[in-house]
Amino acid sequence: MTHTVLVTGVSRHIGARVASVLAADPDISRVIGVDAVSDAGPDSVSDAGSDVASDGLSPPPGNRDDGTAGRIEYVRVDLRSPDIAQVIAAADIDTVVHMSLVSAPSRSTGRAAMKEHNVIGTMQLLGACQRSATVRRVVVRSTTAVYGSSPRDPAVFTEDLEPHDGPSHGYAKDAVEVEGYVRGFARRRPDVTVSLLRFANFLGPGVDSPLTRYFTQPVLPTVFGFDPRLQFVHEDDAVEVLRRMATEDHPGTYNVAGAGVLLLSQCVRRAGRLSLPLPSPAFRLLGTAVRRAGLVDYSPEQLRLMSHGRAVDTADLEAELGWKPKFSTGAAFDDFLRSRELRPLVGGAHL
Amino acid sequence: MTADPVADGTADPAADPAADRTAELLAFLRRRLTGDYEVDEFGYDAELTDKVLLDLLRPLYRHWFRVETAELKHIPDEGGALVVANHAGTLPVDALMMQVALHDEAGRALRLLGADLVYQLPVLGHLSRKTGHTLACPEDADRLLRKGELVGVFPEGFKGVGKPFSERYKLQRFGRGGFVASAIRAGVPIVPTAIVGSEEIYPKIGDLPSLARLLGLPYLPITPFFPLLGPLGLVPLPSKWMIEFGEPIRTDEYEPGAADDPMLVFNLTDHVREVIQQLLDQLRLRRGHAFPPFL
Repeated sequence: MTHTVLVTGVSRHIGARVASVLAADPDISRVIGVDAVSDAGPDSVSDAGSDVASDGLSPPPGNRDDGTAGRIEYVRVDLRSPDIAQVIAAADIDTVVHMSLVSAPSRSTGRAAMKEHNVIGTMQLLGACQRSATVRRVVVRSTTAVYGSSPRDPAVFTEDLEPHDGPSHGYAKDAVEVEGYVRGFARRRPDVTVSLLRFANFLGPGVDSPLTRYFTQPVLPTVFGFDPRLQFVHEDDAVEVLRRMATEDHPGTYNVAGAGVLLLSQCVRRAGRLSLPLPSPAFRLLGTAVRRAGLVDYSPEQLRLMSHGRAVDTADLEAELGWKPKFSTGAAFDDFLRSRELRPLVGGAHL
Repeated sequence: MTADPVADGTADPAADPAADRTAELLAFLRRRLTGDYEVDEFGYDAELTDKVLLDLLRPLYRHWFRVETAELKHIPDEGGALVVANHAGTLPVDALMMQVALHDEAGRALRLLGADLVYQLPVLGHLSRKTGHTLACPEDADRLLRKGELVGVFPEGFKGVGKPFSERYKLQRFGRGGFVASAIRAGVPIVPTAIVGSEEIYPKIGDLPSLARLLGLPYLPITPFFPLLGPLGLVPLPSKWMIEFGEPIRTDEYEPGAADDPMLVFNLTDHVREVIQQLLDQLRLRRGHAFPPFL
């Protein structure tokens, strides 16, 4: 049986990689790559990609030379408009991989547009899927940020856990709302396989995100008196999980993260950076300042993550796929350091 | 003298213990400075705990409180178990002393379940995680016990540690018995434990409730020396300590579903509480005066 797959968010790194991996799969006849470009203009998806901001921009043409990307058809649709329904109806799409969740507001359009893109965009897409008679499988990329970060929650989150203090704004709040619509869709269309994937922060040679920009600064502001536990997932593992989910039936909600945790202090030392511990009010002020300058994301959630950290349990995913991420959290971080040529200040022999 | 390592011919002169120690220290420092060490998913940094933090507590354990332990045989050598103890002393010094006791004398890392207040505070929260402890919640307790860790809990919580000196050695109410439910779910033994000595370190003779509320603390104690002597009043009194581990109470005879039977959980909670109170009374008699040569 041949499949037609729709991938949203293809103008960004992970989305582009997933699209080309799927295009290389002989069982898949067509891959339609969609991206919502928030700024109207004559430029193609690839050119406008730099305005979509946030987690990794890699224009699709970069993937064309491997001979598979030619089979990806790029369609430029603003997910917030009902046009997406026409794309789905016209192409007899049976699998939808929704990866266009944007994690930080772009400088030009701001937070309101980001929220609209994330939430309204998902609603439009799911609405179109609900109408479609051909869609059989929906895979949605979410984030472990939906668990928030709090001193009153368990150290390790499992998928069924209701967080004490869920996220109240920003990207994480968008993700919580998106997940709500995805669950609603799954209830209304029980015949469709819905996989919801909560990813830890992506890291890898090709990822450009607020987090990677944070670790490449010469001095890293941290919150005084706190040393959060962080978890990462390597981009190769993220792509593999998305490929499996898009080509096989694995209904449910799954955490995706590399094994183990790293403390922020460990990350700082491995990266050979200096940390600058700031009391949390100062951290917040600094956050507002640099956010205005559009450099790094220091949102209130970021402050909470930088204070209390977050770790998730991935046993469900491993049992379901019979597979473990190849990179542990530590290995993913080290691979990222290697690609940026960062090394510890002293002794530098750990690589 | 007789113990000359060079003269006895077996030791290589190059491998003298001082050089070994230096090399070991340098390797340790290199690992720390390059971030090349492991922490578990709860944030427990075993190397830092064993090599640095416990070292700082040992003088207090050995020379200040002269802690004696009894019936260590009741602590299993491996596998999960739940150590349940009385809590006293205004500041939770008893938790730290129990951790040193179990590390040094039973070779086990103690994973304590702490109040959420601890994890809200800067410094204290992350030190607590680095030394192996986590938030007192069923999810974390179950997870640690499933991994075969030795988990410690003080069911009296703030009611115990912050009680007035006049109520010393009287066990307070034991919360909701969540610890018993966790032990049943994991099928691990409960080790009732009595700690004598912690009651006298900061005799709480008064409280400043409104100031405590203002600071978001459960209580703000007045002791004979605090706040009268300022920071000096924070030095704990050198009472004589004893820690006794009672006979383990098995929970593996129950079905895991029994954890959802409130009657059973309450009864078992009461039983554990009575056992600890008895242990505590006997141990207090055995110890005698809190400040031996004088009182």
